[in-house]
Amino acid sequence: MKNRLILILVVLLALIGTLPVVGAQDGPFRVAAVAPSATNDLAFSQSMYDALLAIQEEMGAENFEFVFQEGTFVVDDAAVAIGEWAASGEYDLIIAHGSQYGSVVEEIAPRFPEISFAWGTDVNTFGLDNVYAYTPAADEGGFINGVMAGLMTESGVIGVIGPIEVGDAKLYVDGFKEGVAASNPDAQVLVTYIQSFSDVPLATEAANAHIANGADILTGTAQMVVGPIAVAKENGARWFGTQSSQAELAGEAGVMFQVYHWEVVLRDIIANVKDGKMGGESYVLTLQNGGLVMESAK
Amino acid sequence: MIEQILTASVFASMIRLATPYIFAGIGETFGQRSGVLNLGVDGIMLMGAFFSFYTVYATGSLVLGLLAALLIGLLLGLATAFISVTLKAEQGISGIGMYLFGLGMSELLFQKLIGTPKSVSGFPRLYIPVLSDIQFLGIGEIFFNHNLLVYLAFFLVPVSAFVLNHTTFGLMIRAVGQNPEAADAMGVNVARVRYMTVTLGGLFSGLAGASLSIALLNVFQQNLTSGLGFIAVALVYFGRWKPFGVLAGALLFSFVNALQLQVSAIGVDIPSEFAVMAPYVITIIALVFASKQTEKPTALTKPFERGE
Amino acid sequence: MRDLSLKSVFNRILDVAPLPAALLAAFVVASILLVTLNAAPGQAFASMLQGAFGTENATAETLVKAIPILFVAIGICVAFRGGVINIGGEGQMIAGALAGVTTALVLADAPGPVIIIVSLLAGFLAGALYGGLAGFLKAYFNVNEILSTIMLNQIAVQMMNYLLNGPLLDPTEAGLNHIPKTARIVRDAQLPNLPIVLPDGLAALVGLENVELFARTRLHLGLLIAVILAFVMYVLLWRTTIGYRIRAVGQNERASRYAGINVRRQTVLAMLLAGGMAGLAGVVQVLGLQYRLQTDGSPTGFTANAGFNGIVAALFGGLNPLGAIPASVFFGGLLVGAQKMQRDLAVPAALITAINGLIVVFVVSSQYFMRRRARRRVMASTPPAETPPAAAPAPALEQKI
Repeated sequence: MKNRLILILVVLLALIGTLPVVGAQDGPFRVAAVAPSATNDLAFSQSMYDALLAIQEEMGAENFEFVFQEGTFVVDDAAVAIGEWAASGEYDLIIAHGSQYGSVVEEIAPRFPEISFAWGTDVNTFGLDNVYAYTPAADEGGFINGVMAGLMTESGVIGVIGPIEVGDAKLYVDGFKEGVAASNPDAQVLVTYIQSFSDVPLATEAANAHIANGADILTGTAQMVVGPIAVAKENGARWFGTQSSQAELAGEAGVMFQVYHWEVVLRDIIANVKDGKMGGESYVLTLQNGGLVMESAK
Repeated sequence: MIEQILTASVFASMIRLATPYIFAGIGETFGQRSGVLNLGVDGIMLMGAFFSFYTVYATGSLVLGLLAALLIGLLLGLATAFISVTLKAEQGISGIGMYLFGLGMSELLFQKLIGTPKSVSGFPRLYIPVLSDIQFLGIGEIFFNHNLLVYLAFFLVPVSAFVLNHTTFGLMIRAVGQNPEAADAMGVNVARVRYMTVTLGGLFSGLAGASLSIALLNVFQQNLTSGLGFIAVALVYFGRWKPFGVLAGALLFSFVNALQLQVSAIGVDIPSEFAVMAPYVITIIALVFASKQTEKPTALTKPFERGE
Repeated sequence: MRDLSLKSVFNRILDVAPLPAALLAAFVVASILLVTLNAAPGQAFASMLQGAFGTENATAETLVKAIPILFVAIGICVAFRGGVINIGGEGQMIAGALAGVTTALVLADAPGPVIIIVSLLAGFLAGALYGGLAGFLKAYFNVNEILSTIMLNQIAVQMMNYLLNGPLLDPTEAGLNHIPKTARIVRDAQLPNLPIVLPDGLAALVGLENVELFARTRLHLGLLIAVILAFVMYVLLWRTTIGYRIRAVGQNERASRYAGINVRRQTVLAMLLAGGMAGLAGVVQVLGLQYRLQTDGSPTGFTANAGFNGIVAALFGGLNPLGAIPASVFFGGLLVGAQKMQRDLAVPAALITAINGLIVVFVVSSQYFMRRRARRRVMASTPPAETPPAAAPAPALEQKI
């Protein structure tokens, strides 16, 4: 009899012990993310992967877990991943890191109102209460890079290599051009969009063409810029970068890099989700809110 | 305007762009001449590019890098030969399989062994006394301001043409590709000849990869070739299975590409989509006008079944 | 009469044994790779199987993945049988999708079935014209189709990039510089889902409460269209003179010419049909799945390589549209399962690509052993062991097809 009482007491205590745990949704905050290229691309996908690692460092591995599906350039594959993560109910936040994933989020998110979704780069939350959107004001860092490039150029010619003429790539390039115009109206900015995010040989020859036309400063955006960076090094030109820091690769050619720090946005979103606000807001990374950081080469 | 577009640097750019196509295209020519279509060129190129890059990255030795590319090209060429000649597998699909394998494997090794894009100092541009200095028509810049592998590619064109047209080995290759039954009856070992040409193709594809990663680009990244190997296969058809024809195709395609880059660099206002499209359109149109009866190797893609 | 003795059954199993053996070999090599990446192979393949067929939703996703592959594969059967090596599936898919989505957007106010049917026709037609162009160039200008289709693929991508960021750009997105995409097609223009109603008894038998299989998944009507067309194309190839002529030209061009067949016309026709099927693959992806067309600048973002995978599926299916059905489902499962494996084990995506390549190489190589057994048996047994399922409508030229 006495034993049974103790047992009941123990069980009760144990139950009480678990109650606040359940209520506060304790346990790790779990995130699932999908991105188009590899996590080591020195550009778009790496910027998100690094941000998630940074958050994990801040919150501690026991409080923050994430899974990351890289190399998902096929939009339908992302749809399968996102659908499965959502249906599993194991994740507090699902990140679709690529503006091509927008329509997928638009289709899936309404079916899982209890899960929060974030996607970028875009500002559209589709009027859904459980979708966050995020985008970088890449023109800001582009402007700063442009101003510096305008002041540094001796030949008066600056070459730009871009992928397709949309999104943060276009923002960055347009900002860069304005920056050059502001500091050195006489300088000529040559822009080539090579219509690919990944074609390194073509990007390299585009950079060579700029050098041949007299450029002594190069810049560019997307993951194929590793080719142009090597061209800058080889020809004694200087390199301005964006998205991730390319300082190590660029070596002495590197000048300034606009680095995306998605953790600024992620921190906010995570805090919101923990408070029960699942979405409906869009974020812009800026220099002011610390989401964009200018890093100089060594 | 014209002087602004048709600069010497555009022609120099054409020569650089053409180099990997020439290596891979000539290699593929040998295989196809003997009756084997290898669609896996791009995969072998990627592996060649990675192995040479990694070797140079780890040892700093360009010679070792080149050897690494040749070795992996040799191995994958042999594997391709085994699959297409001995196992008589459908050449279209086995090539796609080999491509996927090379694409995935090179990236996997890159992620595990190197991690993030790095650069190496590859083959430098060679300064050739007197020749490199010729100002007339920009000849020095166009022809004599390149790295060793560029010269090697162009050197291999006449050599390959000579081998194909004027040696016993070349005669055997053509016989095996044209009429394997007759060649077999004359005592030519069809399988052995095909093994040799396909392996040679592998070696050349390895070189093509190395020409990118340790000579022209000096970096490695996932899918470095961006489908360049498939264009090389297409150019073999353009060149009608002749080394000089392949050279012509590679130069035409690369010239239009260099031209479109220059046109957009100097700010001519055309949609970049159309500029990028140009080399592909013009290659097709050129072939329409150059159209004549081909001497396609009649046994192409057909495995040889002996005496049954 | 079929011989059902033990020996014959055993022989039959041996006939197809190289296939699982090849898969096994591919998995052994893959296992070595997995172990070097510190992943447990057993867990990896379990996860792959689970991802491909483990749940109702997984099976649906596998089928969804198989749909465009099957469309392309059906067309490839026709092209390859006609002696045309069509590597242009990617470009033809894009052409079909562009025409289809434009039609669906223009006809937005029409009744749903009208939009769907006209859009499908437009997609078929655009793909057919794009493929037919390569056939025309081959037939009349001697431009090799491998060259032209590789080039036309790139041209189609740039065309798509231009149109989606220009004339076809979603009006609400104008000036926003977002990813180039069309407006969303209206709800009525979307292909309906494809729930499969199970008979009551059967559902209970397999322990399912839900008698409507796939009702809550993304599986859409495209699957049914593709399967029906596989049968149609099978009949066309083997039961009509049109198909007979196409195959005759593919088998022996010179003999066909002597037999009075217009070889050039067959070449163009084969490419028209192949391109049309790939075009359907493109428009069905839009109407059934994505509801708009968008581009990240590359072909694969939209096509998911179906233009190439369709070639592999067609050849695995023995260049028979009916064989292409299971082959496409196999590939769909492989691709979907591999993604799941990547998620579960956090292995690099590159590993998946490499393993897919290995599987293709090993399976295609195994056919050598299957053919060898088949040949031995034909030589050993006096009456032919089995007549092919397709009756030959014409003599002489038929034998080797």
